[in-house]
Amino acid sequence: MRSEKSLEEIRRIISLHKRLDLIFMITGIVALMIAIMTFMALFAHMLIDGLPRLSWEFFTSFPSRRPESAGILSAWVGTTLVMLVTAAAAVPLGVGSGIYLEEYAPRNLLTEIIEINVTNLAGVPSIIYGLLALGLFVYQLGFGQSILSAGLALALLILPIVIVATREAIRSIPITIREGAYALGATKWQTVSDHLLPYSAAGILTGIIIGLARAIGETAPIITIGALTFIAFLPPSPVKNEFPFVSFEWLTAPFTVMPIQMFNWVSRPEEAFQLNAAAAGLVLVIMTLAMNGLAIYLRYRMRKNIKW
Amino acid sequence: MIHTQKEIAESAQYKSEVKSLSFYYGGFNALKNIDMVLHDKKITALIGPSGCGKSTFLRCFNRMHDLYPGNRYDGEIILYPDDVNILASNVDPIEVRMRISMVFQKPNPFPKSIYENVAYGLRVRGIKQRAILDEKVEIALRNSALWDEVKDRLHDLAFNLSGGQQQRLCIARALATDPEILLFDEPTSALDPIATASIEELITDLKTKVTILIVTHNMQQAARVSDYTAYMYLGELIEFNVTDTIFIKPKNKQTEDYITGRFG
Repeated sequence: MRSEKSLEEIRRIISLHKRLDLIFMITGIVALMIAIMTFMALFAHMLIDGLPRLSWEFFTSFPSRRPESAGILSAWVGTTLVMLVTAAAAVPLGVGSGIYLEEYAPRNLLTEIIEINVTNLAGVPSIIYGLLALGLFVYQLGFGQSILSAGLALALLILPIVIVATREAIRSIPITIREGAYALGATKWQTVSDHLLPYSAAGILTGIIIGLARAIGETAPIITIGALTFIAFLPPSPVKNEFPFVSFEWLTAPFTVMPIQMFNWVSRPEEAFQLNAAAAGLVLVIMTLAMNGLAIYLRYRMRKNIKW
Repeated sequence: MIHTQKEIAESAQYKSEVKSLSFYYGGFNALKNIDMVLHDKKITALIGPSGCGKSTFLRCFNRMHDLYPGNRYDGEIILYPDDVNILASNVDPIEVRMRISMVFQKPNPFPKSIYENVAYGLRVRGIKQRAILDEKVEIALRNSALWDEVKDRLHDLAFNLSGGQQQRLCIARALATDPEILLFDEPTSALDPIATASIEELITDLKTKVTILIVTHNMQQAARVSDYTAYMYLGELIEFNVTDTIFIKPKNKQTEDYITGRFG
């Protein structure tokens, strides 16, 4: 039915549209390249500067006035301990809130307001959390400028991430599985503990790790509550020789963390300290990437048996 | 005397009696004043076009609607022989679900082993002894014609079974707890014809053990498996009778139109 001329016309339109396609594809690739190349350049720069400084001594030495003998011992120990406190506080609070909001909370205005605010909390600048922690944990509750205060501050910071991840992981379980459990006479808690939690564990764990990976690089709230920038001793050991063999003294110890150690070195005029900062930055980036890698691996492993 | 001798004798053959049941999703009146009975150890089929309320009706029997806010029942569903209204607000829906099991439209095994799927209802009831669990799991799997196919791999994941096997596993899971009524919500709509035939055979075999209420969109299926059939339309029960009567000479014009395919 179609005349020769209109077929010609159609071909012209198609080639015009295809050209637009090509233009968009090129724009997309350029945009992607800018993002990736910037990160790669930064990372390469840090690698070149920092890699020669990475040695066993770098990890086992305290900071020092002499850049060549300075290390990150107190920083990585501090970061590890702060992360422990953060996880210990954020996981039960975040997962508990997530389960409550998803499974137990009545659908009403109050719940709705809480839900909107949880999402908004994720957007609050981290220094605000630092101020809150300074007032509440450091002074009001008297925890001092300690690992405990820092860990709790970062826990508050990542709480929204954990809550949202928990809710989304639970929500991704098909309704038929949930109804299957209830139909057998399970109570809410039996449904949650026997089904919803185990089946959403991968997603929840991913959320926790991504939250911790965000917390590990946070500087502002830690500075606000008063972490030291130069610290040449370790917190008391959590394990003891005499009864009861464990001690929580380390919770109240002064501390420093990786980003603060970096910040301290970057602000020094000597070139050699800049190299130390690059090396510490390298360690921090690798820690973060390792945590994200672990999250991806766990997700893959735990989801292998679940198909929906 | 409200009950005559004859009525009492009849009610002995009833497993359940629905008395002027209405149901509301929020403001929407989904079921309108339904009166019906379930005969003991018989299969009753609910048929009708999509959206007629047959699944909604089925899900009243195990109080599934209680899981979601804004739902309201009106009327009674009496369970015999103990004469309790399972819709009463002082009856715990969990207790109702422990007496009345359900098999869903799509096979919904838990991502656990075959054994744990069947044992879950028992575990919910606090049964922990291995010997009892083993025995009940085996009986349930035998009754759902799955035992021979899975007895050597009870601890394999349930997801590794075929669709038809998964649905029989869900039937075994529902049977393991010795329910008084077994509810089926379009149990074969996600299955191929061969799996459908085996499920239908199984349902027919099960009626010696348990009272069955089945929702189906497939009229042939209702004709093949059920003893009684109820035709529903727009939330109302249009006609309820012995299956043969419904399919051979329905009293209601609407039922006849639906059965003969002139509508729906």
